[in-house]
Amino acid sequence: MTKKFWRQGEPYVWATGLSLSLILMLTFLLVYVVMANGIGVFWPNRIALATLKDNSFVLGEIIQENIKPATGQKRLQFKIGNRDLYDLDFKWFNAEDIAAITYPPRAYLLERQEYGNFYGFLNQLELNGLARPDLNDKLEPLEAALKSIEPLQDEITALNSRIAEINQRIETIQRKQARLRHQGKAEDRQTGPLAARDQELQADFTKVVAELNRKKQELLQFEAVFADANGLIKRIPLVEIVRAIQPNTMNIFAKTGYYIERLRELFFAEPRESNTEGGLFPAIFGTIMLIFLMSVLSFPLGVIGGIYLREYAKDGILVRMVRIAVNNLAGIPSIVYGIFGLGFFVYGIGGQIDQLFFAERLPAPTFGTGGILWASLTLGLLTVPVVIVATEEALGAIPPGIREGSQALAATRFQTLTRLLLPMASPGILTGFILAMARAAGEVAPLMITGVVKLAPALPIDSSFPFLHLNRKFMHLGFHIYDIGFQSPNVEAAKPMVYVTTLLLILIVLIMTSTAIYLRNKMRARYSVIDV
Amino acid sequence: MSAINPAIVTIDNPQVEIDNLNLFYGESQALKNVSFGIPQFNVTALIGPSGCGKSTLIRCINRMNDLVDNLRVEGLIKIDGEDINHPSLDVIELRRKVGMVFQKWNPFPKSIYENVIYGLRIAGISNKEVLDATVEKSLQKAALWNEVKDRLHGSAMGLSGGQMQRLCIARTIAVSPEIILMDEPCSALDPRSTAHIEDLIRELQGEYTIIIVTHNMQQAARISDYTAYMYLGELIEYGPTNKLFTMPERKETEDYITGRFG
Ligand SMILES: Nc1ncnc2c1ncn2[C@@H]1O[C@H](COP(=O)(O)OP(=O)(O)O)[C@@H](O)[C@H]1O
Ligand SMILES: [Mg+2]
Repeated sequence: MTKKFWRQGEPYVWATGLSLSLILMLTFLLVYVVMANGIGVFWPNRIALATLKDNSFVLGEIIQENIKPATGQKRLQFKIGNRDLYDLDFKWFNAEDIAAITYPPRAYLLERQEYGNFYGFLNQLELNGLARPDLNDKLEPLEAALKSIEPLQDEITALNSRIAEINQRIETIQRKQARLRHQGKAEDRQTGPLAARDQELQADFTKVVAELNRKKQELLQFEAVFADANGLIKRIPLVEIVRAIQPNTMNIFAKTGYYIERLRELFFAEPRESNTEGGLFPAIFGTIMLIFLMSVLSFPLGVIGGIYLREYAKDGILVRMVRIAVNNLAGIPSIVYGIFGLGFFVYGIGGQIDQLFFAERLPAPTFGTGGILWASLTLGLLTVPVVIVATEEALGAIPPGIREGSQALAATRFQTLTRLLLPMASPGILTGFILAMARAAGEVAPLMITGVVKLAPALPIDSSFPFLHLNRKFMHLGFHIYDIGFQSPNVEAAKPMVYVTTLLLILIVLIMTSTAIYLRNKMRARYSVIDV
Repeated sequence: MSAINPAIVTIDNPQVEIDNLNLFYGESQALKNVSFGIPQFNVTALIGPSGCGKSTLIRCINRMNDLVDNLRVEGLIKIDGEDINHPSLDVIELRRKVGMVFQKWNPFPKSIYENVIYGLRIAGISNKEVLDATVEKSLQKAALWNEVKDRLHGSAMGLSGGQMQRLCIARTIAVSPEIILMDEPCSALDPRSTAHIEDLIRELQGEYTIIIVTHNMQQAARISDYTAYMYLGELIEYGPTNKLFTMPERKETEDYITGRFG
């Protein structure tokens, strides 16, 4: 009986099922943790006002409550914000010290440009020095006040872009001068036409900056006077306020609206507060562009390499060694690729390019420093072996009768390859490529030394000539996670953003691989062979 | 020509002339001194026990063996008087003239229509009328037209085995070859489909020179004009089919066709 039981192999079937479910469970746990923590980040919590037994007050969001293991007492964690007043955003309170908790409708949550959230009550508005006691405890007055400074803010934005433009012109002139100097044809520093133009621009620059400072000063005159839970007064310039809400008065629709607004900001705005607040647009853009560039560079290379190995290379000791090497390339730690990329692409090729084409800018490097091109080439190096192996396997899996049939119909090997073999192999090639792409999308280590930065001053694509700036540094979601999760000054405050970023990265990888899988399935349906 | 051998008839004006053909897969010799001529517009069958070199021989005629590594050929094969292994000969031209149908049907994962005109597309023909006409003519010749005319643009993968094999024949006919090689085209088919293909071969006879490999002696007797019996890489006997099956010259041939062969 037992013998038969073992012979039938039931336990082995169970073992395979068990190991699969284990893997699935771990994956689901990971996704669950990220989702559970990431999805709710932008949902506005109620603001609690706790009256402590010593008659002081605490205002903030209740983040979690648990039992302190050491004493067995129940305790609550508050996000109290107001970092400029209290230094700490988060604080624990013992439940027994709290006399009462209420949710005052007048409580404000301000998102600020600096110092994180502010929790408090609005005392009054002072617009351009005028106190406005009439605008008190309603949301609309503050909203109206925030709206009233928009024209001024627009002016400042315009001035800022004007400064950027002047800066760029000055830079162009200086580059021209540097080139002339480099060629030994420098014009007179005082009288040449370039120098004259330069001086003109410098004067312009000073004027615009003065104007800008005046406007900024003016803007600072618009203030809101807030009080914290214990009546401590805090004057906050309206420009500092990114968003102001009274969560305790918001209904579900208002909250949904707020949530959507925050999502929009996440996708389309620049980061603030050393990346722990604001949007992720540059990082999303950087990640997608990196993977796109990487694909464009590595996919054709890998496919061509695989074709050569399978179809044209004569099977011998050399080819076999190449094959082993290619198979093992995928096992090299990615940081090693990063180091190679730094040495070969950045210093080697980039350095040469600088010598040849951008000599006048030296010693400031142009291509001789990390940038999105070098990072994507490095990632490409990482994915090429996978694509080669996938191409080889896919070509090898095509029944030999197809090749013979085609060649018997007077097709050349190349015609057979392009008309039959490649289309038929494409699902397999794409599968390999999907795996490679997913891996590359999550890589951070090699990027850290080949061009990723915490905060990139400009996107790799913009409106200034030549529009595509492959030498520029870039931001990346994976690096963003590492950076705000482990390198930011205020790790606790950054935690929600870590989850959100992770969720976003997983989402992007999911979207890209799903697209590829969809494509592959279409190909597969089209080119499958019935093997009788 | 080799020395006169009563078991191997001499063909006047053969279209395919094989002269002292020796073929080696690495060290092992698969064909030994094979010499005979194949007449035009006839069906010639190659029979013999499996492993005797039938496929190897037939694949020499359109140089399909070029794809095999470590293969060495000695001797001459001439088609219409031209040495097909001559360095100046274009193998693509040769294969246009000599079509081939394989033991295992191998339609491409494309539509029926595209399968038939694959050879024409390869040759750079894209005139829609020419293509349409070729598809109809070829499928009709391959006795498949009536079954597939309503789903020409459907996938060839939905056909039955016998239909697929006829599609492969249609695809071969479409490029207007002069010679058609068939390597056991029925060995994987049921009797009904086999009968279908045999009928088809009889139809094609007189228009094409057909060389067919078969392990089925009844089939060879039914459809061929000439038969060659091979054993262990050697050509034992070759002559008109009815003579070979009724009055074989050689004892080995007789043993084989009467089934006394081990
Ligand atoms: N690609 C090859 N490499 C080495 N030996 C082969 C190859 N193809 C066929 N042979 C050998 O050549 C001999 C003849 O094979 P084949 O022509 O396929 O026989 P048949 O078609 O008559 O059954 C066999 O002994 C077979 O093992
Ligand atoms: Mg055979």
